[in-house]
Amino acid sequence: MANAILVVGEVADGALIPTTAEMLGAARRLAGDSGGTVGCALMGSGIEGNAQEAIAFGADEVLVVDDAALAEYNSDVYIQAMVKVVEQASPPIILFGQTNLGRDLAPRLAFRLNTGVVMDSIELAMEGGRLAATRPCYGGNARAVNAVKTDPQIATVRAKSQDPLERDDSRQGQVTKVDPSIDASATKIKVTERKGMTAEGVRLEDADTVVSGGRGMGGPENFDVIEELAGALGAAVGASRAVCDLDWRPVSDQVGLTGKVVSPTLYIAVAISGASQHMAGCSGSKNIVAINKDPDANIFKASRFGIVEDYAKVMKPLIEAIKKEKGS
Amino acid sequence: MHIVVCVKQVPDWDIPPSSFKVDEAAKQVVPPPGVAPVPSQFDSIGVEAAMRIKDQSPDTKVTIMSMGPEGARDVIKHSLAMGADEGVLLTDPLFQNLDWYQIALALSTAVKKLDDVELVVCGRQAVDWDMGVTGSGIAEMLNWSALTIGKDVQVNNGTVVLERVLMDGFETVEAPLPAVATISNELGEPRYPKLQQIMQAAKKQVAIWSAADLGLDASQLGPDARKLTLERLYIPVSGTECEIIEGDTPEEKAQNLARKLSEAKLI
Repeated sequence: MANAILVVGEVADGALIPTTAEMLGAARRLAGDSGGTVGCALMGSGIEGNAQEAIAFGADEVLVVDDAALAEYNSDVYIQAMVKVVEQASPPIILFGQTNLGRDLAPRLAFRLNTGVVMDSIELAMEGGRLAATRPCYGGNARAVNAVKTDPQIATVRAKSQDPLERDDSRQGQVTKVDPSIDASATKIKVTERKGMTAEGVRLEDADTVVSGGRGMGGPENFDVIEELAGALGAAVGASRAVCDLDWRPVSDQVGLTGKVVSPTLYIAVAISGASQHMAGCSGSKNIVAINKDPDANIFKASRFGIVEDYAKVMKPLIEAIKKEKGS
Repeated sequence: MHIVVCVKQVPDWDIPPSSFKVDEAAKQVVPPPGVAPVPSQFDSIGVEAAMRIKDQSPDTKVTIMSMGPEGARDVIKHSLAMGADEGVLLTDPLFQNLDWYQIALALSTAVKKLDDVELVVCGRQAVDWDMGVTGSGIAEMLNWSALTIGKDVQVNNGTVVLERVLMDGFETVEAPLPAVATISNELGEPRYPKLQQIMQAAKKQVAIWSAADLGLDASQLGPDARKLTLERLYIPVSGTECEIIEGDTPEEKAQNLARKLSEAKLI
């Protein structure tokens, strides 16, 4: 596998997460440019069955690290497994998702292996035989193209930035087991509690339509109209960071640089000014609609449609009109 | 206990996107004239996290560490005014244009030089490059535990306990000291210094260390020693032209928007 692009896959609820399939698609494309193969590392407990799924999405070889100690993510355990995978496969390029796992593990692995890492890439290309990764920086105001001079070249990849291949269950590939031989004495970190925040209704990052409210909503009680519009559209509810920092909405609703990155078909931003760090979370949306009373608000610059109006005057009639359009 | 908080000086992020400029040839951001640099937002929240530990255990010593030009002393002074005890400024021509590997090398070497540090606190990422790797790098280089993206950090009997922010929830992790903790905005706003504290901060000591003081030279800090290169830096262009929906009343605007969305098959 010395010539392989290695994707670090993740499994949730028994299936590969979408970001893994997207990265396999990207790796396939990059391998086509560089003449290499595509590998996928799967770490966890009882995940061997997912190897075929990784092959169906484009992997030539799957390295399965199946160990009870990997049942839940713990960086001290996972880094040991990752080091074993790298020793076995010597991949020149390693891609992680910009996920809970990737943003914690990828930097540690890079420093452990004395190499560099590019975080939160949105475009990947081969330039002169090396990976060139484009990433938003300065709160989304700028784009940087970074390359890693040393091997392995490590990058994390933002969700929904890459296109997966069509799943092909007839694809053939090789499955190799890797023994992580976890050293318990090197495991200093303990995970003592995990609290999921299960949002009601549609998951924000999977939703095809998102309705988000900003600080201009004025208070948590005013999000009723956001929820009502979302209900009428079958949409998920999002919020700006200011709103979540003020506790008007749960942290899990936050769209932005340090929250969720969404790329729905339709993103309706209500009373959101469009600060760069918010745009970093929603600029991948196919169509943005902005409702804001400030005609100079930055959000309009990224929007397809806009209404310049106090949201409080426009939301009720908009909900009625949308219900009517959908009904007709 | 001795805590080090790493604070980076960055261009003021709170400027309108229209005044954000990039020199593409130099691959550098050009700050608008007259706008002073500021402490990176998440780093100030890191200082707040350290001060909350000191509030609980007043015998805690908090040292602010920054790397940058002489002017980065201002961000150290601001953190000292929040209640931190001492400052260390790493300044040297060799510290310019480092990559994250070299930054973590310099910071971890300085932490070692302080000798008695048990906890290093960093912001989850700096608001300029948004990379989010320096804390993990310091931890790896010191062979300490890395606990990242915390909304709360506590130290009890030699154990650091951090509540991590996940995409869909939280998890509590703990590790024996020494450790590195990185802090996210969910921790809360940094405290605002009182006038008296600002005056006291002026008298607090800031040590100035060069690369040579850390035993580092161009073989480690020069451009050839970088692991990462910056190939290009640019401002993305948005191809979107916004159509402002008109109408005599809010109701009419709402109806016109609903019709547009329907015509575009978006609803």
